[in-house]
Amino acid sequence: MLRLGDNFITSLNKVYGIYTLGFLGFVILMAILEVAGVSNTIIGWLFVAFTVLIYALIGVLSRTMQSSQYYVAGREVPAVYNGMATAADWMSGASFIAMAGGIYLKGYPYMGFLVGWTGGYVLVASLIAPYLRKFGCYTVPDFIGTRYGGNLPRICAVIILVVASFTYVTAQINGTGTVAARALQIPFEVGVWIGLAGILFCSMLGGMRAVTWTQVAQYIVLIIAYLIPVFWMSNKLGYGLIPHLAQFDAVSRVQELEGLLGVKELLPTAEAQAEAGKLAALKVGINDASATAMANWKFFTLVLCMMAGTASLPHVLMRYFTTASVKAARQSVGWSLLFICLLYLTAPALATFTKLSLLDPTVATSIIGKSISEVSNLEWIQQWSNVGFLKLVDGNGDGILQINEFFMRGDIVVLATPEMAGLPYVISGLVAAGGLAAAMSTADGLLLAIANALSHDLYYKVIDPKADTSRRLVVARVLLLFIGAAGAFVASLKLTSILGAVAWAFCFANSGLFFPLVLGVWWKRANKAGAVAGMIGGFGVGFWYLYMVQFGGMTPWYGIDGLRFGMIGMPVSLILMIVVSLMTEEPDQETQDMVDAIRVPKGKAVLAADH
Amino acid sequence: MSKQIEHWGKTKSLLWITLIIWAFFAFIIHLFGTSLNGSFPGAYYMAGQGAQLAFVILTFWFASRQNKIDEEFGFSEDD
Repeated sequence: MLRLGDNFITSLNKVYGIYTLGFLGFVILMAILEVAGVSNTIIGWLFVAFTVLIYALIGVLSRTMQSSQYYVAGREVPAVYNGMATAADWMSGASFIAMAGGIYLKGYPYMGFLVGWTGGYVLVASLIAPYLRKFGCYTVPDFIGTRYGGNLPRICAVIILVVASFTYVTAQINGTGTVAARALQIPFEVGVWIGLAGILFCSMLGGMRAVTWTQVAQYIVLIIAYLIPVFWMSNKLGYGLIPHLAQFDAVSRVQELEGLLGVKELLPTAEAQAEAGKLAALKVGINDASATAMANWKFFTLVLCMMAGTASLPHVLMRYFTTASVKAARQSVGWSLLFICLLYLTAPALATFTKLSLLDPTVATSIIGKSISEVSNLEWIQQWSNVGFLKLVDGNGDGILQINEFFMRGDIVVLATPEMAGLPYVISGLVAAGGLAAAMSTADGLLLAIANALSHDLYYKVIDPKADTSRRLVVARVLLLFIGAAGAFVASLKLTSILGAVAWAFCFANSGLFFPLVLGVWWKRANKAGAVAGMIGGFGVGFWYLYMVQFGGMTPWYGIDGLRFGMIGMPVSLILMIVVSLMTEEPDQETQDMVDAIRVPKGKAVLAADH
Repeated sequence: MSKQIEHWGKTKSLLWITLIIWAFFAFIIHLFGTSLNGSFPGAYYMAGQGAQLAFVILTFWFASRQNKIDEEFGFSEDD
């Protein structure tokens, strides 16, 4: 049967060029079908089925039985393509679906996520990734275990990795379920399992190799799907050709409208809010920079937690193990960030233009200030009210829709924008395919990170060091299946919102892993006892604080809420690691030589290519 | 061995320069958000576009500088 051969790497530009043209052709074909009168449901199905089949096909063609291919894609992924794969790995359902909506509803303070989720890559490039690449490890616990020596640090790292990544992956499977349910008109619980099947097809047979090449394909779909509607809106509203440049006039206009419509004065009445439940009305200005010390502190802590989390999340770091060299790993971080910014720089523009479409009375699609009976007859209002994503509550009973009477879920900004702005349905199908690609690609990376840590670090390194390659790879696949099923099961319980779970994952990772990783490279004196104390202490205290704030009814200290509990875990981890390291013996000569070796790109890797 | 110490010294200085520029765009600039806002939405710009562009340029710049340091001491992979 067909399988990707060695010449695949040399013809990447051709393969993905044809793929991109093919996808655009498919979108045009769907547009033609829509004009020809094919129903929306069928177009939605075709979008999802076509893209998921392509990913599964790439996954099957990339199957492998070699451990270096399975764990690190043979270390031959070019920097630019690894950048694209990392961008897809990184940008989750939260980035694609929730981010623009967050900026829409929560305004300027929310943009801390944008700063944190990009600036973290500066830390990845300068502090960690190139050194881990030189080390030659397969997984992040592989580095911790070898650098600090012994099974205890390795097991601590595995536990933190599993907790952080599993928290994150349930949010992604939840995202695939939400999108699949909407696009295919099926129940959410069924959507979750269909999403999981697609995810497993991409990763089971080919491990990291398969995930890499499907993630590149998924990046292309998600970026096209994110950009087209925003370009369309910017031009339709008459602000200019390039939304990224045109958005600033639109921001000024939105600020003007905020004054006219009373965004900050006209708050929802208690009864109206109770009726709307978890849905939210617009209460925050789009450009209200931090004016108080507390606002500045909250912005600062959010940015810091997200940055340190970026630099310690294993599914991101392990992408840089796949490049051909240390130099390529460093450049690849730059490419990742560039590809990520293509989407992240578009999110505020999307939020702003959506706001204009809804608020500006001179725009035909606006709803604020119109009569409630007229607005509730709009097709998209009805559709999204039916699934509980938005609600109109006439708080003052005057029959006119005011700003404090329109309640919605943030997710709607991306998913419903095409309908709100009056774009054809083919764009909605495209956005659904993009959201699915974003959630699936991140779930792929996370599931693989968990399964690899358990199969390589726990099973092979700790439980059965004599296991042969084929046995290890079978174990890895069986684990993938079980963890995926567990993730889908938890996701189907709908415990947390997409964004809450994502921010927790970042704080779990930075509380437990950030300093053991950074000091492992930058401080030779760091030893086993210090690393273990730093991991257990940071992670344990962070976990305790999150529990107390979220479920124990404790008042957060200095505004450090559940999104920012890394502000508690990280300092504990740093202090314990330094104090305990200094109180115990310095690492032996062999370990110090190992640190010297990873600090220069030249020379052999610390771990053999096939370990 | 001294060559390695010198190489690591230069690597560390580059790291500090990188981290100072990073901290400026990650934290410091946003403290002055209200002053950046005038007829042009400066706070929105820095949080939604300016900082990100600075990070992209900084990362590529860092990669090329670090590569030059490695080459200077004959520590790059091609040597």
